[in-house]
Order: sequence, then C-alpha cells, then structure tokens
Amino acid sequence: MVENIIEVNHVSKSFGGVHANIDISMAVKKGSITGIIGPNGCGKSTLFNSIVGYHPIDTGSITFEGREISKLLVGPIARLGLLRTFQQTRIYSKMNCVDNMQISVSHRSDARHGFFASRKGEILDRANHLLEFVGLYSKRNLISGDLSFGQQKLLEFAMALMNEPKVLLLDEPTAGINPTLINGLIDRLQRANQELGITLCVIEHNMRVIMNLAEHIYCLSNGRMLADGKPQDLQNDQRVIDAYLGGH
Amino acid sequence: MTGRSYLLYAVILVLGVFGPIMFPNYTQQMALLWVMVLMASTWDLLGGQMGYNSLGNITFFGCGMYISAVVQISMFYNVADYTSAFGAIKPEFTDEQYFTGLFLGILAAGIGSVFISYLFGLIVFGLRGPYFAIGTLGIAIAAGQLTGTIDYIGGGSGISMPFFPGDIEVRAGFFYLLCFILAALTHIVLRWIYSTQFGLAINAIRDDEDKAEAMGIPTLKYKQIGWAITAFFMGCIGAVFGNMVGFIEPVEVAFPVPTFGIFMVAMALLGGKGTLWGPVLGAVLFHIIKEATWTYLLGWQWVALGLILIINIVYFQEGIMGWLQRKYPEFFGITVDVSTREDGKEAKADG
Amino acid sequence: MLFNLQILFDLAPITNVQLILDGIFIGAVISLSAYGLALVWGVMNVKNLAQGDFVILGGYMAFALFNAGVHPVLALPIVMVLMAMFGWMVYILIIRRVIQQDMFTSLLATFGLSLLLQQVLNLIFGPEVQTIDSKLPNYQLFDNAITLPMVKILSLVMVAVLAVAVVIFMKKSRMGQAIRATAQDERAARVLGINTDNVYAFTFSLNAAICGAAGVMVSIIWVLQPFYGITYSLRSFAIVTAAGLGNLPGVITTGFGLGLLEQYTGFVLGAEYQVASAVVMLLLVLIYRQIQLSRKRQVVQ
Repeated sequence: MVENIIEVNHVSKSFGGVHANIDISMAVKKGSITGIIGPNGCGKSTLFNSIVGYHPIDTGSITFEGREISKLLVGPIARLGLLRTFQQTRIYSKMNCVDNMQISVSHRSDARHGFFASRKGEILDRANHLLEFVGLYSKRNLISGDLSFGQQKLLEFAMALMNEPKVLLLDEPTAGINPTLINGLIDRLQRANQELGITLCVIEHNMRVIMNLAEHIYCLSNGRMLADGKPQDLQNDQRVIDAYLGGH
Repeated sequence: MTGRSYLLYAVILVLGVFGPIMFPNYTQQMALLWVMVLMASTWDLLGGQMGYNSLGNITFFGCGMYISAVVQISMFYNVADYTSAFGAIKPEFTDEQYFTGLFLGILAAGIGSVFISYLFGLIVFGLRGPYFAIGTLGIAIAAGQLTGTIDYIGGGSGISMPFFPGDIEVRAGFFYLLCFILAALTHIVLRWIYSTQFGLAINAIRDDEDKAEAMGIPTLKYKQIGWAITAFFMGCIGAVFGNMVGFIEPVEVAFPVPTFGIFMVAMALLGGKGTLWGPVLGAVLFHIIKEATWTYLLGWQWVALGLILIINIVYFQEGIMGWLQRKYPEFFGITVDVSTREDGKEAKADG
Repeated sequence: MLFNLQILFDLAPITNVQLILDGIFIGAVISLSAYGLALVWGVMNVKNLAQGDFVILGGYMAFALFNAGVHPVLALPIVMVLMAMFGWMVYILIIRRVIQQDMFTSLLATFGLSLLLQQVLNLIFGPEVQTIDSKLPNYQLFDNAITLPMVKILSLVMVAVLAVAVVIFMKKSRMGQAIRATAQDERAARVLGINTDNVYAFTFSLNAAICGAAGVMVSIIWVLQPFYGITYSLRSFAIVTAAGLGNLPGVITTGFGLGLLEQYTGFVLGAEYQVASAVVMLLLVLIYRQIQLSRKRQVVQ
C-alpha cells in the first residue's frame, strides 16, 4: 500500500474578499506523478503556495510524510525535502550555471556536506552530471541570467534535482518552452520520477503533456476541487470539459 | 593559485613586512592602512558578498577595544579603581605581564565580539535592506552613547591603556606588525571561505534570498556565521588599535560611526564590493587620498572624503574592480561569450 | 535613578507635567521631521539618512540670520525657501540618479550627504553648541515648579500652523494631488500625464523646507551642533518605522510619544540615555514587526 506523501485536508485560503481556495482536499501518492489542472484563476498556484509555505492558510491542514507543515516557513519545509519550481523561473541570475547547481545541494540535516565544503570535489561532479542530464553542460560556465528562458527553466529543474528532494512541485514546467523541446522535458521529468524516485506534482495547462505524464489528476475550478481521477476518466468528465469551455 | 597571484602576494608580503624599515616615518600610517584593509574586507563579507549592508560593524571594533582593555587591566588591577582614578594610578606591568595581558585581551576581544554579534544578529537578521542598515547604524550609535554612561569602564572619560615596555620605535614596529598580521590573516580566511560552498551560499543570498530559502538554504545560519567572522576580526583589530593609540574613549575612538564606521563602506565601494581584492584596493586608495587631503587640504579633508563617497555611490557604483571585471572579464576568468565557446575557462573569478 | 523615580511619583509629581510639556514641544518638532521623511519615502522610495542634517542645517541658517539681525519668526519663511532651493539642488545632483537603483544606494548616498553636511557645518560654525536666545519671557506656573518658556509655545504654534498648511496643500492643490497620485502608483501617474520627475523634485524640496522649519524651531527651543544631525535622523526613522508611511495622525502621535519617552528617559536615567532610547524604540518596533510578519510567513522588507 503506497502511502500519501502529501495530504491536503479541507484547506481554504482567501485574500481579502477573494476566495482563492475553498475546502480543497487532495493527496499525492509517494513515488507518483500527480497533476493539477484547471482554468486560469481557479486557485492552482495559490494551493502550491500554501503547501510550500508562502502564505498561511485560513483553515484546514497540510501534512508532509505525516507531519503537519501548514505553520512552517518556506525554508524548513524545503529542508524537509519538499521543493517547488517557479512559474516565472527563479535562478541566481548573476552566478554561472555550475555555481547555481552547486549551491542547490541539499542542506537537510542529513546532508553530506558542511558549510565549508570544497567546490571542486563531489559536489562539482554531481553538478556537471545533472547539467549534462538536462542538456546544459556546454553552457555551464555562462552567467545564468544570460540564458534563454527555456534554458533557465531547465537549469531551475536541474537545480531542484541537485537538491535531492523527496517531492517536487512544478508550476507550469512547459510554459514558455519551444514546443520542439517539450518532449525532451517530459522525458526528463519521467526519468527523474522513475530513476531518482522523486514524487512529482505538476500544475499544467498543456493537456497533451499532463495527460501523458500524470498518473492521477486533480481538476480545480473557481477555487474548489471539481473532479479527480485517472487521465482518461477526466478527459471524458463533462464537468471538466465544462469548466474549461464554460468559463464561469 | 595562478602565477599572477603568487607574484602579487609576494610583493605584498615584502612590502608588508619591510615597510616600517623602508619608511620608518610612516609606520603608524601604514599600520592604519592595514586596519582599514581589514575593516573594508570584513565589511564586504556581509555587505558586498551577501548583500547585507551593515552600517554598524564598528560596534565590534569598539566592543573589542573595551573588552581587551578590561581583560588587560583586570588581570593585575581592580578595573573600577583604575578607571575612576583617571590616570592617577600608573600601572606597573612587567614585560611578561604586559604581553600576556595583551594577547589574552586580543583573544577575548575577538571571542567576545563574536558573542555580541550573535546577540545583535537575533535582533537585526530578520530585517532586510534599509531596515537592516538603519538598525545596525542605530546599534553602533547607541553603543557609543551607552558606553559613555558606564563608569566601570571609565564612562565618558575613557581609559588609559597600559604602557608598552620598550622605546617608541620598537612600539611602533610591534603594533604595525600586529595590524599587518591580523589583516593578512583576515584576507587568508576570507579568501578560503569564498572558495568554498560558503562563498556560493552568501552570493546566492545576495542574488535572491527568497529563492535560497525556497531551496532549503538556512540563510539565518549563514548570516550568523558571516557576522561572527566579521566580528571576530573587527574585535581583534579594535583591541590592537586601542593599545596602539594608548587611550580609548567611547565616541571618538571606540565607536567612531561617522568616520571609520562609514569609511569601511566607502572603501569597499570604491574598490569594488563583492570582490576579494576590491576592498583591499579601495582601502589603499582611500587611505592615500585621506593622507593627501590631510596634508594639502587641511580643514576640508572631511568634506573631500564625503564628496568622494557621494560621487562614488552616485556615479561609479561598481567600483574599480567591478569596472575592471566588466571591461576585461577573461583576465579574471569569467566566461561571457555564448556562441564561440564550447568549453569555458575556469568558472569563478579570482579577483 | 531610583531617586529620580521617587521625584516623579512621590515627592514632586508636578514634575510630570513639566516633562509632558517638554515632550510635547520637542515631539512636535521631530514629528515635522518625521513627516518629511515619510513623504519622501512614500513618494520616491528614498530613505533620506541626511534628514536630521537638513534639520540642523536649517537651524544654522536661522542662527546665521539671527546674528545678522533677523528675528526667528521672520527667518522661518526665509529658511524654508533657502532649504527648498537646497533640496532641489540635491535632488538634481544626487537623488535623481539613485532613485532607480537599489535601496541601499539611496541610503548610502544620503548618508554621504549627511557626512558632508556635518563636516561643512563644523568648518563654518565650529563644534561648539549654539542656540538662539530669543529673549522671550518664561511663564512660571504652579509656584515656580513649572517653567513654560514663551518661545516653546511660539514654536508649537508655528509647527501647528505649518502642519495644517502642508495638509491643506496636499489635499487641495494640484501639485499636492499629483504627489499623492505618484505615491500611489508611479506608472499610472505618468500615463496620466504627470511629470513624475517634477513631482519628485518638488517633494524633495518640500521635505527640505519642512526640515528647515523644524531646524528653526530647534534653534530657538533647543541647541544646535554640527554632529547632532544623525540623532534627528534616527528619531525620524524610528517614528516612521513605528507609525507607517501613509499614516499622518500616526506619525504625529508617535512623534509626541517619542518626545515624551526621551524626556522621561532623560530625567530618570540621565541625559546620555536619550539618544539610546530612540534607538531602543526603533529596534523594539522592528522586532515587533518581525514577529508579526513571521506569523504571516513573511519578512520585513
């Protein structure tokens, strides 16, 4: 029986008069790839932000590996092994790619490296290896701010892998990426999940991508959980179709 | 280290060690130069490398000064009696007593300042940007004011430091050497930590602290360690400076916020903040300018220095090293060009 | 210290009234300075660390005018105009260039300006403490237990008049409205045709004028010294941090509060602790803010 690595129970969050999340409950199974879809403004990013600690939630509970995290700050949550990537892609734009990778190493209490670890040894090797994995090895010495948007997205993804997280929340990973490169990204996501054992939870707008990638999908609409299930089921669910096309 | 670096260090070592022999009339000025190098370099650790611009690092300078004074005197005399006598008690130290007191004092100054940095860090490290700067500035000013109220350490009248056993030239040379050694030690330590993961971490905090937190970097710990290192060396040099000057006093000598307190920032900016050599270069230049204006513009030297600071900040933000690194990146091992390189040169800048 | 507390509560409680009055008088002046700081901060996001030095500069201008035979009340408008011109010059030469850059730059630039002013004033007027003796009578109340100098009442009245004038200006005049619009949303203001550069220049000059006025008060009810500027800057920052930027009544109340705090600290603990008490207030406010924000999972920016 695979347990849930993240459990969201009856979480609500409002910003002033705007009810971004209303009574949301969902679960992410350990080792799986879970998708979150829904029309614009339905509360997907708010949910992510609540999970990773960007703002407090009004009601409900969020647990990670069984422990309550809804009152923790971003840093401690990240150190538990729960990372997220940003929709607008955030990297250390003034440092080069290798340095971006090296500093993304895990800082959890069981980390192998101390504060003053050398930058030439094992950390460097892993950094180069992961840069190779995402196809950025040839650009590794360039200042990351000079890369194209798509390349920065790949770098951010590689940095997340460097951190050896248990769960990775990805906020629209294919947005803004050249369609020809999307397959490569999906492939790498799947490999990260299968080879490195990282649980993925992905917000996506690209239906083709998410239907092929995820094992279980949640659909939000107007701040509420609309439906969830396997990709084929949701594709045929009238409510989901209405939510995207109906626009209310 | 490249051959260029070895040469540079060799030159500095020679100048540093033989300076007072070559230019005996300038020994005190050169000692002061090393003090400034240390101040600018340690400021840059938090300010340039981590992006936390403290205006109150001088607090550790003064604390170290007073801690050392208390340690040195209390080993053989009652401190309260000594300070209230306002110099009427002339302490008789044997040579051995003087030097043990001095070195223990310096050590205590460094360690005590680390502890103080931890305490203040608890207050100010939750703040960002201008609030952090103003908070630290307030602490430095308050430190000077409050020290003047504590009679145990002499209050507003200050403390006379124990006399150095030996004639004037030996004294000058001795303290010069102490300043040089401390400055060199600081540089070596900073150079080393910048080359480790620590250096990357503090740059990451500067670049995007929220991203760093989101990646699990324990930013508070890095800030604390960084400030502790700063405090240690500032405390030590404060102790040495107090002994060198011979008489310490709260606002003018120990916590001189509008002078040394801001000089360290000006020097780092002039030379180029966020680089290893920038603060050093800035300190040297600033010191030379300061000495020159003292001699030729007496009365207006502070005005000149203030103007330099403003012009630097407003018109020349990146400083000399920053400008050089932008103009000649390959010289410093920075890779810029996208298309032509398949395999870049050494990734991190040496300067 | 205990003895002083005894005086307050037991022996001569009338002293409280004296302290409160003095607190109000000086509180009014520092509120003025704090308001100016909040204005510049809110509109241009510039943290003017030279604020206190502007105040002292204004005070010295009044001092110089007084020595040339001009009565302080007459000097007030003159100083305000001179300071406005000075502020405009500073804006053109320094502030305009640092506005777009990161926050520390503006702070440091104004700090450099602060040093410059301190040193220039020191060169011109010397390090001795100066004041203007307005030769106005002192009222003695309650059997000589309370001294109410006429000049302090005069200062309070002038501050009140000035404050009302500024508030009316900000509400009713076109420039005042333009300033408020720019403070709310700079880009929108520009889209609507407001010349934000002019607004900034005007705001900074206005702030300088306000500081000048505060300085005139300081010169007649307190003392001037070239290096006192930074303490006024700290006070202003403490008030603005505690009260928040858009909150004029808050700034005024906090200003009075700080004035009272300083008077009481000075009386109970000693004059040397006055400045420290402003710093302590600042730090306490900052700590309180941190705790508040951390409950919202945020930091003090």
